[in-house]
Amino acid sequence: MKIKANYKKYVIPVIAILVLVLLIALPYFAERSDSRYTIVLFKTILMFTILTLSWALFSGPTGYTSLATAAFYGVGLYTAGVLGRVLPLPVMVLCGGLASFLLAVIIGGITLRLRGIYFAIFTLSSVELIKHVLHWYEITIAGGRGRPVVRVPDTTVFYVLLGILVLLIITSYLLKRSKYGLALSSIGSCEEAAAHIGVNVVTLKVFTFALSSFFMGLAGAIMATGMVYIDCFIAFDLNYSFFPTLMAIFGGMGNIVGPIIGAVVFTYLREILITEFPYVYMFIFGTVMILTIIYLPNGLIGLAESIRRKLLGGKHADTTCRRVN
Amino acid sequence: MQILHVEGLTKYFGGLAAVAGVDLQVEKGEILGLIGPNGAGKTTLFNLISGTYAPNAGKIFFDGTKISGMKPNAICRKGLVRTFQSCRVFPEMTVFQNVLLGALFGAPETKTWHQAAAETKEILDFVGLSEFSDTRAGSLTLANQKRVELARALATKPRLLLLDEMMAGLNPTEVGEAMELVTQIREKGITIVMIEHVMKAIMNICNRIIVLHRGQIIAEGTPAEVSTDKTVIEVYLGE
Ligand SMILES: Nc1ncnc2c1ncn2[C@@H]1O[C@H](COP(=O)(O)OP(=O)(O)O)[C@@H](O)[C@H]1O
Ligand SMILES: [Mg+2]
Repeated sequence: MKIKANYKKYVIPVIAILVLVLLIALPYFAERSDSRYTIVLFKTILMFTILTLSWALFSGPTGYTSLATAAFYGVGLYTAGVLGRVLPLPVMVLCGGLASFLLAVIIGGITLRLRGIYFAIFTLSSVELIKHVLHWYEITIAGGRGRPVVRVPDTTVFYVLLGILVLLIITSYLLKRSKYGLALSSIGSCEEAAAHIGVNVVTLKVFTFALSSFFMGLAGAIMATGMVYIDCFIAFDLNYSFFPTLMAIFGGMGNIVGPIIGAVVFTYLREILITEFPYVYMFIFGTVMILTIIYLPNGLIGLAESIRRKLLGGKHADTTCRRVN
Repeated sequence: MQILHVEGLTKYFGGLAAVAGVDLQVEKGEILGLIGPNGAGKTTLFNLISGTYAPNAGKIFFDGTKISGMKPNAICRKGLVRTFQSCRVFPEMTVFQNVLLGALFGAPETKTWHQAAAETKEILDFVGLSEFSDTRAGSLTLANQKRVELARALATKPRLLLLDEMMAGLNPTEVGEAMELVTQIREKGITIVMIEHVMKAIMNICNRIIVLHRGQIIAEGTPAEVSTDKTVIEVYLGE
């Protein structure tokens, strides 16, 4: 019993390191087989994984459904458009993250007093607001829509994304284990009670929201360098708000693995469906989502968990169980 | 020595004054009972003192410092904590995690995880919940959930504890246990204000009772005095 329990502890870290090694080696093999598409696909997968996991960092435990992901990702993209030529790549990417962090402090400060559907709607509106204000500025003041972005080789983008993801996983893990992780769950469980036992709910919510947005901004800044040209309609596309939310629900939010699995499977499916069934892909997608919400309330991870529990026959604590608001 | 001093406290909901100009003093070390018919404004008074709502008028002083206008988390860290009438544990967390949160965030001084965990164990022992330490709080009986909420409040190291109908819905045995627990908490030097409908509890453990009716204090005194007060009898029988 003891030995078995001990070794279970290492399963996930070992798998994670193996996957990481394979990913680090990927560009080498992709180059040899002359398949540029592979790297492009993995870039997209990594990008959505970062967006989904950083979304889940805040929205998972607190239950606040943010639909502002596109705003923070878009600010990252635009940072690259503005600063891409004047700053070295790492500094420029960092600036994208910081810009999103600051924007999130503002949006969070304004909207995080709202609950439930109101918060979702206001965060969604913030994307539209930024998009149209920026568009108006470009047309009437700056004189000209959109801007070119400096290009960086796909392999570099891939490695930077991988680095961001590793940093994000470590951050999520440390946060979850810390007292602030516990406090975030208490906010999702009963915010009023949390406040009354000393949790500074306002500061904690705004800071965590900004931290999650920081990673979204980083991802945006590096992804822009593969796009040649961006404008506000490309950058602030609402799909960047919807997909990460759906992917997190699809994978399950009880732990760190859920959103990652959700994003990887979902993005891959999406790419296949778009190429194979360009006309009905949204329909298939919607169906899968509805089925997930009805039959897998805890996502793919919840499914894996209950299968494992059935096979082992053990009755483990239902770790993925959570009540919504 | 006064631990809490309330002056002209008023709170409106729409046109209705749920609390209308309440003046109140709580002495260090006492158990003060707060009674009154449903809708009298008792819970609202707690909501104002604990910072859930800001008052429309009036001031609140805790241990000499003005706390009206402060956030609940700041008031808690000053040493004033309340429990809720409708029990609000964190249902999907374990009992231990519930109480640990109070120890980690509620006390005035910052603690390491280790210190907080040790205190949590002590408090769970004190309230008699040790065997449920790893149980999900939401799966406990109402009586035990109320104990979890009490333990979580105690973990914040309060000097003044506000208990809102802690004994409502408990059976006679559980009420007896809860009374015992409240007395023990007072012996630790914690001042208590309790809203209660269970008269047996109020009459037996309170040093002093205040009667609230339509947002105003209509009587005040020892249990013996209050239970023979004409106005009080009228209000209770009249409703
Ligand atoms: N959040 C609120 N919004 C509107 N009215 C409220 C609110 N809270 C309490 N009230 C009203 O204030 C009055 C006092 O309520 P309450 O303090 O809960 O009474 P008690 O705890 O003495 O039963 C009641 O008439 C109640 O309907
Ligand atoms: Mg009440």
